[in-house]
Amino acid sequence: MFMVLSVQDLCIARSGQVLMTDVNFELAAGQALIFKGPNGLGKTTFLRVISGLQPALSGKIHAKEDSFAYTAHADGVKPSLTVAENLQFWADIFDNQNIDTALSAFGLNDLKSRFAGLLSAGQKRRLCLARMLISNRPVWVLDEPSVSLDTASVTQLEEVIKQHLQNGGAALIVTHGHLDLGPSCKTVNLGEYKSNRAVYGDGAEAFL
Amino acid sequence: MRAVLLRDLRLAMRVGGGFGLAIMFFLIVAVLVALGVGPDVALLSDISSGILWVIALLACLLSLDRIFSLDYEDGTLDHLVIAPLPLESVVLAKATAHWLTTGLPLGLVSPLVGLMLGLPAEGYLWLVLSLALGTPALSVIGTFGAALTLGLKRGGLLLSVLILPLYVPTLIFGAEVARRGSIGIELQTPLWMLLGLSFGVVAILPFASAAVLRINLR
Amino acid sequence: MSLWEYANPVKFLNLSGRVLPWVALLSAICLVVGLIWGFFFTPDDYRMGSTVKIIYIHVPAALMAINAWFMMLVASLIWLIRRHHVSALAAKAAAPVGLVMTLIALITGAIWGQPMWGTWWAWDPRLTSFLILFQFYIGYLALWKAIENPDSAADLTSILCIVGSVFAVLSRYAVNFWNQGLHQGASLSLDKEKNVANEFYHPLLFSIAGFVFLFLVLVLIGTRSEIRIRRASVIVARKIR
Repeated sequence: MFMVLSVQDLCIARSGQVLMTDVNFELAAGQALIFKGPNGLGKTTFLRVISGLQPALSGKIHAKEDSFAYTAHADGVKPSLTVAENLQFWADIFDNQNIDTALSAFGLNDLKSRFAGLLSAGQKRRLCLARMLISNRPVWVLDEPSVSLDTASVTQLEEVIKQHLQNGGAALIVTHGHLDLGPSCKTVNLGEYKSNRAVYGDGAEAFL
Repeated sequence: MRAVLLRDLRLAMRVGGGFGLAIMFFLIVAVLVALGVGPDVALLSDISSGILWVIALLACLLSLDRIFSLDYEDGTLDHLVIAPLPLESVVLAKATAHWLTTGLPLGLVSPLVGLMLGLPAEGYLWLVLSLALGTPALSVIGTFGAALTLGLKRGGLLLSVLILPLYVPTLIFGAEVARRGSIGIELQTPLWMLLGLSFGVVAILPFASAAVLRINLR
Repeated sequence: MSLWEYANPVKFLNLSGRVLPWVALLSAICLVVGLIWGFFFTPDDYRMGSTVKIIYIHVPAALMAINAWFMMLVASLIWLIRRHHVSALAAKAAAPVGLVMTLIALITGAIWGQPMWGTWWAWDPRLTSFLILFQFYIGYLALWKAIENPDSAADLTSILCIVGSVFAVLSRYAVNFWNQGLHQGASLSLDKEKNVANEFYHPLLFSIAGFVFLFLVLVLIGTRSEIRIRRASVIVARKIR
């Protein structure tokens, strides 16, 4: 099976504090992993490290270059641009001229010319998720994607993710809610990787 | 890169008055200087080119901290880091957008302000030319400062403290071109220095800014 | 055994702890000899009178003001390339010393300038350059203060130091160009020793050496405290978990 991502002995830290150690997993094309774990475990840091936004303390992350598309709490939506303009900007960045499929996948067609500042939290979130479709990236990294979405929108999101998996994509999802993504989805409890030993890969051990 | 530039320009036009604000600032400070120094036209005319340069520098400084901070706060910068375009070009695009909304309009209205301050007739061409050549460097250096202070509380004040010493060479050569132009003496040397400085800064500093951004975002 | 071994903070603490008293002693001897000799056992200058004796503070301070920045530049490069914590912390420790040296040079210069040029301050290129250098130090220190994460702070201040160095040199040329000045530059520099009579020159050498060692002592003490602070915070972070 084709692996889009493999993570070996990953250790991550946030502002000098080690959060998780020895994380190992592989992600195949068409597969989704849902990560669970208590607050403060470092799930967001974990996803940021995987996406390449933050360096890992140690360990290896194997993935093709430019594999990831990332969505987090901060939605990166500009209130003074319209929905279409917001998406068009990212379409230009990712060199993808087709924003209509992304708009309709999340039911944003009617809101197209509305300023993003006037959207509700859930609508903004949908706009933010639509960016994943535009990015054309194989691995979607979703941090709490279903926050402030109503049931209908959650179903939409599930459909979009399933479609993405069917097309050979993959997804890493952190969520406290429930997402039904079918048989190709596994749940991983990140709590078992919680750091219980001191690892100071950032050179802080030099001071001891 | 073009997309970032166009988006930044569009955002600048829709919020915060875009071109207008920098120009208004320029005019108001010029009036304040005249009020402070007194109505002596001869004196004003002597110092006009230097004053114009200092005001341009301050106007440029005012809008610097917004270059990255808005994108940083709403997460856009994270997405841009992952996006398939080098951070250096993001930096350059943002500096360009900043210049188009401050440096360029300032250069365009500077003759008007020069008129108010009694700039001698020979000086206008050189004033506009020096601003046109020098303000890109101001924007790029400012972008470096904005990257350094990204995400810091009270970043605005710190930004000024960091950036103003870096503005010294540009200010000296720029103002010197304008001053010499206004009294009609030889100005080849400062002009070439200014040109070289601007080119050097625009070519090299974005790399430092991008490195700083990467450090600040991790 | 390589020199880099002492880039390890703990080893550095041990070594510097042993070296420090000797350097301090050396600095004290040189300063006492240089200053007493200079102040009390040299004749008054036929032109400048006894005011010339401020040279024994002014010149070494001015030299150290520039050299401190240069040392910070080297330390910053070492940190960026080899990631030795000691190097970054030494740069941090050197900055306040350099700042004070710049201030001393400016103030003694003003005190000297008043009787000589009849003014406390002139926009002479050297004075102006030092004022700009002073601002660079302020900016560098302010950036260290503002950033919480020590490694990011080290990275960012290092880059600022490098970029700042380029702009400092540019500023120096720009300022020279801007005003040709009235400073008696050559008479004060080491390589043009002929301009200073021997009886002034020898005590000056002592006081310069004294200032160099003093700088070393202060930087060592500063670096040692910085290392201890980092050490304490690492230990605390470990205990909390």
